[in-house]
Amino acid sequence: MSEHGGREPLLAISGLHKAFGGLVAVNELTFAVDEGEILGLIGPNGSGKTTVLNLITGDIRPDNGRVRLSGRNLVGLAPHRICRRRVSRTFQLVRVFPGMTARENVLVGSAFGSKRTALRASAGRVDELLDYVGLADQAARPAGKLTYVDQKRVELARALATDPALLLLDEWLAGLNQTELQEGIELVRRIRDRGVTMIVVEHVMDAIRTLCDRVVVMNAGRLLAEGLPADVLANPDVVTAYLGEDDDDDA
Amino acid sequence: MTPQRLAWPLAIAALLAVLAVLPSFAAPYTVSLMLSVLAYVIMATAWSIFSGSTRYVSLASAAFFGIGAYAFAYYGEDLSLPIIALIGAAAGFVVAVVVGLATLRLSGIYFVVFTFGLSELIRQLMIWYEINQTRTMVRHIYVDVWAEDLYYHLLVLVVVTFGIGYLIQRSKLGLALRAIGEDEAVANHTGVNTTFTKVLVFGVSAALISATGALLTPRWTYVDPNIAFNPLLSFLVLIMALLGGGGRLYGPALGAVPMVLLFEVLSATFPHQFNIVLGACFVIIVFFLPAGVVGGIESLVARLRAWRAAGGPS
Repeated sequence: MSEHGGREPLLAISGLHKAFGGLVAVNELTFAVDEGEILGLIGPNGSGKTTVLNLITGDIRPDNGRVRLSGRNLVGLAPHRICRRRVSRTFQLVRVFPGMTARENVLVGSAFGSKRTALRASAGRVDELLDYVGLADQAARPAGKLTYVDQKRVELARALATDPALLLLDEWLAGLNQTELQEGIELVRRIRDRGVTMIVVEHVMDAIRTLCDRVVVMNAGRLLAEGLPADVLANPDVVTAYLGEDDDDDA
Repeated sequence: MTPQRLAWPLAIAALLAVLAVLPSFAAPYTVSLMLSVLAYVIMATAWSIFSGSTRYVSLASAAFFGIGAYAFAYYGEDLSLPIIALIGAAAGFVVAVVVGLATLRLSGIYFVVFTFGLSELIRQLMIWYEINQTRTMVRHIYVDVWAEDLYYHLLVLVVVTFGIGYLIQRSKLGLALRAIGEDEAVANHTGVNTTFTKVLVFGVSAALISATGALLTPRWTYVDPNIAFNPLLSFLVLIMALLGGGGRLYGPALGAVPMVLLFEVLSATFPHQFNIVLGACFVIIVFFLPAGVVGGIESLVARLRAWRAAGGPS
């Protein structure tokens, strides 16, 4: 394991690099996530945040760089292997299995995630998770017929059913109204209290301030800033990245 | 058990009993017609086990059928029918797994076109092989197998096919297949080994179709690659499965039975206009039963229920 004295991070990313043709989406990115923390991954649109999640989960392969979970390499593994290593995710544009019921959606996570439970043995856990995200009364409905926010809940319950140590939420709070947002933030907190470490890609600044222990800011594929939410959001470079220069009037 | 839970097993037992005694009182013509019915029921169901749930539309049925047909053409005189069917099934399985590993990463229309091309490739290879290597383009079938004998073999294969389909549907494998059909990338990210699942079930489906080919071939007087690997078969199996409708294990059978009977009637009454009338029938079917027979029945039941709930006939 690691030679240095401190605790090894749960996820360590170093020198991560990915180019699509001439476009460098992720450029020599290095950061780490400690166990039990909620890390906010933010940056303007197109700065490479989702690409980072896709690289971690094996959706695409990096050109270069390392991704290690508790010291074990993840690069080159297929997505289902990474899922079974206890890394799970939700998707930027909500992606449920529309023709399957909410319960069946969660059942897939339970049956094929890191615990790989038998179908019969899964029932109790699936119902518990549906209840946990507030979907107990919608369990038998096809996921595709649920409201937007309920589909997001299905996605979250399905991800949790795989029993992740690290959960990647890609704009999970986007598009929610005020009430839903408060419930959502509360839910994410409770998930952390279960012992799940999270990387949260988010544009909702309120959520970042209240939820995240630490924030990593990306811009054009590079690491722009890293630190406590309040410090980072006050950083002039970060403000410029989001809002543009004063004389750059393209907003 | 409640009466409702007994209904299915009883219905299946009754149907099997009728099918089992059918040859002893039916005319030879009926038995011969039933061979086609059973064969297409197996193939449409086997097709649907893979393609119905994953939505990978395969046009390779003819390739697998032909492999089974040639298993009989080669070994018919030496081995017993069940052994030949097993050899055909094994060969079909192996070809499907090899092809699957190479191609199942193709999606949508590319997979359809590839499977169609694969069938044609195998047919052409077979023609080349038979002409240049064995110098027997046409293989005569001298083995005398009673139609009744084939009937019972096919009936067993029907039971095996439905048994496999039922077990897959109820298992984790079935859940994985459905998840793949819904959203393959998400299924993969949720822990499903999508490649393994697809290749395995594609192989099982192919094996059943190959076994059917082995069991139907004794009816013919000779086999050549153009008969064994007839591309029309791939389309017929596909259309039957679609007509029956997906989602239920018995759906494809509900498509296969009327279609085979329809072909029989059409080829007897309109021997020269067969293709035109057949085409017209397809159009009519798609127009009136867009969701297949199963979908049609289900929407009818739903409408009846709504009608009753609204007060019924008053």
